[in-house]
Amino acid sequence: MSDPVIRFDGRAIPFREGQTVGAALMADGTSSWRTTRRGGEPRGLFCGIGVCFDCLVTVDGQRDQRACIVAACDGQDVRSGNPDEPLPLPEEDA
Amino acid sequence: MTNEHDLIVVGAGPAGLSAAVTAADSGMRVAMIDAASQPGGQFWRHPDENHLAAFAHDESTGHHHWGRFRDLRKRFRRAVEAGAITYLPGRQVWRAERDGEERVVAHTTVVTGRETRAAAERSVAARRMIIATGAYDRQLPVPGWTLPGAMAAGGVQALLKANQVAAGRRAVVAGTGPFLMSVAAGLADAGVEVVAVCDINSLARWAATPWRAVQEPGKLTEGAAYARTFLTKRIPFRMRTAVTEIRGASRVEQVVLQKVDANGSPVAGSERVVDADLVALGWGFTPQLELAVGLGLETRTDVDGSLVVVVDDAHRTSDPAVYAAGETTGIGGAVQSCAEGELAALTIAEELGSAGDARRTARLRRRVARGRRFAIGMHLASPVPPGWTDWLRPSTIVCRCEEVTAGEITHAVRDLGADDPRDVRVTARPGMGWCQGRVCGYPLSKLVEAETGCARSAADLEALTKRPIGVPVRLSDIADLA
Repeated sequence: MSDPVIRFDGRAIPFREGQTVGAALMADGTSSWRTTRRGGEPRGLFCGIGVCFDCLVTVDGQRDQRACIVAACDGQDVRSGNPDEPLPLPEEDA
Repeated sequence: MTNEHDLIVVGAGPAGLSAAVTAADSGMRVAMIDAASQPGGQFWRHPDENHLAAFAHDESTGHHHWGRFRDLRKRFRRAVEAGAITYLPGRQVWRAERDGEERVVAHTTVVTGRETRAAAERSVAARRMIIATGAYDRQLPVPGWTLPGAMAAGGVQALLKANQVAAGRRAVVAGTGPFLMSVAAGLADAGVEVVAVCDINSLARWAATPWRAVQEPGKLTEGAAYARTFLTKRIPFRMRTAVTEIRGASRVEQVVLQKVDANGSPVAGSERVVDADLVALGWGFTPQLELAVGLGLETRTDVDGSLVVVVDDAHRTSDPAVYAAGETTGIGGAVQSCAEGELAALTIAEELGSAGDARRTARLRRRVARGRRFAIGMHLASPVPPGWTDWLRPSTIVCRCEEVTAGEITHAVRDLGADDPRDVRVTARPGMGWCQGRVCGYPLSKLVEAETGCARSAADLEALTKRPIGVPVRLSDIADLA
């Protein structure tokens, strides 16, 4: 069986089942994945436990997910970017 | 609304788990709401139990009191299977409120991903609630602390304990308190080169309150084990030293260590620059108090300067239906939290008509009192000295979310007439972002205190903690309540 991977901005990143998205990125040597809206500075994990919201990513189309607590899944689409970008028009929530 | 419970426990860490299993054993119907996907809280955060085989090391790696957790987890699982505990993992309470005289209601939302519960299933009601929401790392800003690679010490440890990932290769661990040693030892055991552990205080401060130090012999043994790790791994422990600057282009590359004077101010000329790619920062802990403050519970400022819930010797709060246990009533550690949770649950069981166990209750009260004496000693030995503001520059970011600098905060106080933390918040926006001031609330209040010369009160801290909505929710969560 091949090792599971997440797709981070299209790039395949391996992880161990049970790890978070943030852990997978850190283990891969990626320490930042968003830029701030005022200073345009890179940010990644800070509090590591879901308190600070510094590590936000878009996961499978769900915006503003905390990478430090979202479980990584095989084939997951993780995107960096600006969490402050204006929201698209609301889709109907199922 | 699900309404078949006697007790809601919020938080499945040491205090909440102990409370829940004790309550279940006493015949109560318990709802356990926890943000994580499996029990343990921050202290016993461990690898995903569904995928243990994927991890190189045992789930107990880096843990203390793991046997106690295993026992609690076994009892918890058994009670969940028996239907005595309704377990709601992966959910956060965004608002708690009283529903008349009889009930406490917790409105929950999903922590990650899409909401899976129908609106009516998101709220839980019960006759009593135990708030066991724990704590998170307390932080002080320092130039460069927003660079990737600068992390909360607890986050570094969480990454190690739950994911078995080291956040860097060369680490500096800095701040104050015994927790730094635990983090440094964990990193060293994981093969990370720990370049320095810097405590702004001197260990000699413990000698000032020797009787407090000996209240918990277990802690002394723990300390001795760290000392051994430090010796064998050759980790330099630098007392009265602080990280006063973190440097790097797009991530941490260098760290400036500096001696401090008796006031905690950096001593000019004592700078030492070390190469590192990880800085783990911790200045004690901040109890997670949103729910308590939201419910209007009485609070006070603890010895360590943190806002905590006022409780009596059975851990009742100012609201007779609400109890608090663990770090929310004062930072005291896991063993202490277990005793508090158990005591609160036993007291509630008696209130709701179970036969009491006077001896067990008395023993727990003694245990809690002893732990509290030790905790006070720990706080007195590891204060945040006032001189830390001297390492700030006008450009140093204080509020990470809204990127508000120290200069903008002092400007709001000096030139715009903002004279308490709340005023500064609405004027310059620190604490208005994603984390809602959880990270910058403490330094902000200290900074305003230093600027105005007015000591902070519990009311100031409460104003910074009070949020009608405890965690970010979807608009639909609020709309669905109507």
